[in-house]
Amino acid sequence: MIRLTLPVAEKEVRALRTGDEVYLSGRLVAGRDRVHERIVTENILPDISLEGGAVFHAGPIVKGDAETGFETLAIGPTTSMRMENFEAEFIAKTGVRLIIGKGGMGMRTAAACKKYGAAHLMFAGGAAVLAAERITKTEGVIWDDLGMPEAMWVLDAESLGPLIVTIDAEGNNMFEENKKKFAAAKEAALRKYL
Amino acid sequence: MKEIFIDKTAMFIDRISKRLPDDVLEKLRAMSEAERAPRAKALYKCMLDNVSLAAERSRPLCQDTGLVQFFLKVGSSFPLLDDLDDCLTEAVRRAYVSAPLRPNAVEFPSERNTLTNVGDGVPFIEYEIVPHSDKLEMTVYLAGGGSALPGRAEVFPPSVGFEGIARFVADAMVEKGINACPPLVVGVGVAGCMATAAKLAKHAMLRVIPSSNPRPEIAEEERILKDILDDIGIGPQGAGGSSSVMQVSMECAAHHPSSMGVAVQFSCWAFRRGRIIFDRDMRATVTSHGGIEL
Repeated sequence: MIRLTLPVAEKEVRALRTGDEVYLSGRLVAGRDRVHERIVTENILPDISLEGGAVFHAGPIVKGDAETGFETLAIGPTTSMRMENFEAEFIAKTGVRLIIGKGGMGMRTAAACKKYGAAHLMFAGGAAVLAAERITKTEGVIWDDLGMPEAMWVLDAESLGPLIVTIDAEGNNMFEENKKKFAAAKEAALRKYL
Repeated sequence: MKEIFIDKTAMFIDRISKRLPDDVLEKLRAMSEAERAPRAKALYKCMLDNVSLAAERSRPLCQDTGLVQFFLKVGSSFPLLDDLDDCLTEAVRRAYVSAPLRPNAVEFPSERNTLTNVGDGVPFIEYEIVPHSDKLEMTVYLAGGGSALPGRAEVFPPSVGFEGIARFVADAMVEKGINACPPLVVGVGVAGCMATAAKLAKHAMLRVIPSSNPRPEIAEEERILKDILDDIGIGPQGAGGSSSVMQVSMECAAHHPSSMGVAVQFSCWAFRRGRIIFDRDMRATVTSHGGIEL
């Protein structure tokens, strides 16, 4: 088990390998489809630094408002693959080193992870209250015009995990490997049972 | 009377967003115990811990509280038959505030989130009128986005047979099911066209676990489909494991001699579906979740 604190250094990320179990602490942001579009396509950057940071592909349920304070009630990962067209450029533009989400990502993201020293990690989909328990503070929201699920939420985490490394900075990609295995197993199963 | 019905339905939606139905939880626990792969076991532990925490904290167990869908078997003399549309929509509005549910209704083509979980055609309401009855039997399903994604329907020449159906379902599972939060519940519909097959697939998916089709030859096909999908080895969250589906259910209708619609619908492991029966005095009986009194 590996414990990391944000912001992370390049060499800490380069030491990770697919399958490693990670627990993460420190300040991270939640951002999904629209946040990626805004940064990559619309070329607008948030007014906080994401250098060495983490982006959590998630659209949380948050209680409260800016005046009374926010509380994250549920925050499970969403499908990371939807961000595949944006992630390589997102990493290049923001300097994030950890991408957290559900399932894996594709070869473009894997190439960017290798080039910049970043990694993708998965968290159990649907385990949204478990993750919310590890969010100690919901600092605020950036771009709340995007609506609750799509806005960028600034969060403090304490031992968020278990996170499993699915893409490491060596270019290994656990889900791409799994996909090949599953495709072969599917053909074998169809032959066996039909 | 209307007010009581709306209140109880809103409370029911609130409760089922926070707790799995008894049959689903039992199945998940059994699958978790049977699993041997360490990574899969760790992921099951996350899911089951999450279920306990959600109950303890009274929070929605997944942040994607879905779009609310109602499947009604309503007696022709149920007193609120004429008002059901309005009542159910109002119940969703209230549950959205009380649970709270995540605002998930995005209108097309403006792409604006209505921020109330209510919008054009949302909640979805399906009516089946039951003659000579004064009761309402209602299935409520919170349809999440991730597990809607791998759903698909196609019309085949009937000559593709069961083999064609099996390949169609297995393809959907491998191509998109991985990201739909397995272990999945799988509903398959076979009928005369795309739309009728899709409707049957949905009904099949909502069936109780365990259950099988009353026709033995279809029940056998359900078993074979489950074996195929489990053998692929997708496991919880697509990280690999010995089983990947909670149940495969099939519902079939006769098809046209030259075309056969086939559809498949999936639900994630966080299968939030509830069943409730209202009598004519709006007394409610919850059959899916033991211990919920409304």
